[in-house]
Amino acid sequence: MPMFALNAIDFDYGPKAILSNVALTFERGFFYGIIGPNGSGKTTLLDLLAGHLRPRHGTLLLEERALARYSRKALARRIALVAQDFRIDFPFTCAEVVMMGRYPYIPRFGRPGVADRQVVERVLQEAGLTDLAGRHVHRLSGGERQRVVFARALAQESAILLLDEATAHLDMHHAIGLLNLAARRVAQGALVIAVMQDLNLAALYCDRLVCLRAGKVVASGAMTEVLTAAMLHTVFRIKARVGHSAAPPTRQVVLTREAV
Amino acid sequence: MDKPFPAKVSGTQMKAESHHMFCKWRGSAWLLVCGLSGLLAAEIAYSAGSGFLKIPFVEVIRIMIAALGDGRGLDELGTVVVLDVRLPRILTAALVGGGLAVSGVVFQGILLNPLADPYTLGVSAGAAFGASLAILGNFTLLGVWSVPALAFGGAATTLLAVVYLASGSGDFSSGSLILAGIIVAAILSAGVSFMKYLADEHVGIIIFWLMGSFASKSWADVGVTATSVALGTALFFFFSRDLNLLALGSRAAGSLGVAPRRISLILLVGASLVSAVCVAVAGVIGFVGLLVPHMVRSVTGPDNRRLIPVSALAGACLLLGADTVTRAVLPQEIPIGVITALIGGPFFCVVYRRRHRQRGG
Repeated sequence: MPMFALNAIDFDYGPKAILSNVALTFERGFFYGIIGPNGSGKTTLLDLLAGHLRPRHGTLLLEERALARYSRKALARRIALVAQDFRIDFPFTCAEVVMMGRYPYIPRFGRPGVADRQVVERVLQEAGLTDLAGRHVHRLSGGERQRVVFARALAQESAILLLDEATAHLDMHHAIGLLNLAARRVAQGALVIAVMQDLNLAALYCDRLVCLRAGKVVASGAMTEVLTAAMLHTVFRIKARVGHSAAPPTRQVVLTREAV
Repeated sequence: MDKPFPAKVSGTQMKAESHHMFCKWRGSAWLLVCGLSGLLAAEIAYSAGSGFLKIPFVEVIRIMIAALGDGRGLDELGTVVVLDVRLPRILTAALVGGGLAVSGVVFQGILLNPLADPYTLGVSAGAAFGASLAILGNFTLLGVWSVPALAFGGAATTLLAVVYLASGSGDFSSGSLILAGIIVAAILSAGVSFMKYLADEHVGIIIFWLMGSFASKSWADVGVTATSVALGTALFFFFSRDLNLLALGSRAAGSLGVAPRRISLILLVGASLVSAVCVAVAGVIGFVGLLVPHMVRSVTGPDNRRLIPVSALAGACLLLGADTVTRAVLPQEIPIGVITALIGGPFFCVVYRRRHRQRGG
């Protein structure tokens, strides 16, 4: 049974079509990458999956039930989202921000229980934030702040993790650290869907890729089948070689200066 | 500077003091609420006894207790002064202070800007316009409520215009709201200036109204203000956790179970109406809605569940204190709006400057 099943999905902002006739399924236990040029509808697709936007046409099922029929709170227990940039002007501590990931489980005026605190502790530790727990988020470096946001999403303990270019502004050390956390969740049976610009990181982590261009799915399937020199030529309009790497077994894109 | 990722996490490695970091202020928030309530009660009693006619503290308490019963066997003059003259003014000042402070918290939270205040969306400009119109046009249809009613109408209309302008773009960003507020306020200020120019002998009344005053407030004023401030504060407190989440941005808040657009709209309209009532009753009193949330946040932290109740009490204490100073301590009464700006402005400069230095360093 697929986690998400999308069929004939259309979305537009007024006259401008953003997504058309998208049909996809996403299954548990896999790391999906959504790739495509700027403006191809990647973030919109993610917002549809998160329930922030409603498709104009088509069906969008989460565990065989229409996504629109879930309450926001029910969705918050199933789906966590990490967005690209996070700015906060108020002096919340890291622990407080991560605890916000538990809000969907705590009644409006309730206090966090022992279980909630244990989840936050564990997640802070996983993200390497234990020593920063009492620090104010707006005083942290960009890499540390993004880890806090990631930890908050992990604290939601949702089966689905959506990453919207979550590592775009990070250096390689931090990007790999965060993606390892996501990959660990996949190994435990979660579903991760990540919008990614860095094709080499996508190749390194994703089991399956969905490639969008101008709002249409032009390729989807196993990473090794989707990530080809021909696809990079037609979709990304670059000339690049796709090399095989044996250890780790993955593909790596070698760029050239030629644009198409 | 950055901490490395741990290679492996051992699940049992829990730290004992971290319990502390989630509820660091829980206890002291209650302490603050109790302390500020006590301070407010003391201020009310002190203020009711001071003024042109000094009434001893014990006598004030006796009058108040007697008023709750049937009020026999007390000094006539003292009773009238305390119950009919001073208490309505005192309570209105405290309520307006609390109302402006909680509205300030909400505006700062929704506009994601610690420098926002209840007047950011043009509520004060709209109220000033309505009040000037009522004074200039000699509008007396509603008796003593004529000016406040038009002031409230002006504020509410301005709010609608600003929300309409800002929602045109589809989303409801803090930038477009602030910009729409500035534009509408600029137009209305020009209108107020023009009316002052036309007003001739009425110009003094308009200026006096704009500077704000609690002089000659009645129990009816107390009733209107109390109702709206209490309803507003209850509403804000109910949504205080959602307001915390909105600080993470609307997409993150949405993925944590909040309907960002709807909650923002409810809270913005609520906060604007509360501040509109405050302005209609007392005139334009600046800096309370900006400063109090700032000061309180530095003590309680940014969690709105603590910030809202503590700010309400702190705002009440502050504005009542300022009004008592101008009424009973200074040799001549100075408009309350001038006092709050004179004290609040420089204080805010210091706070702002210090914040920046901390950030830069």
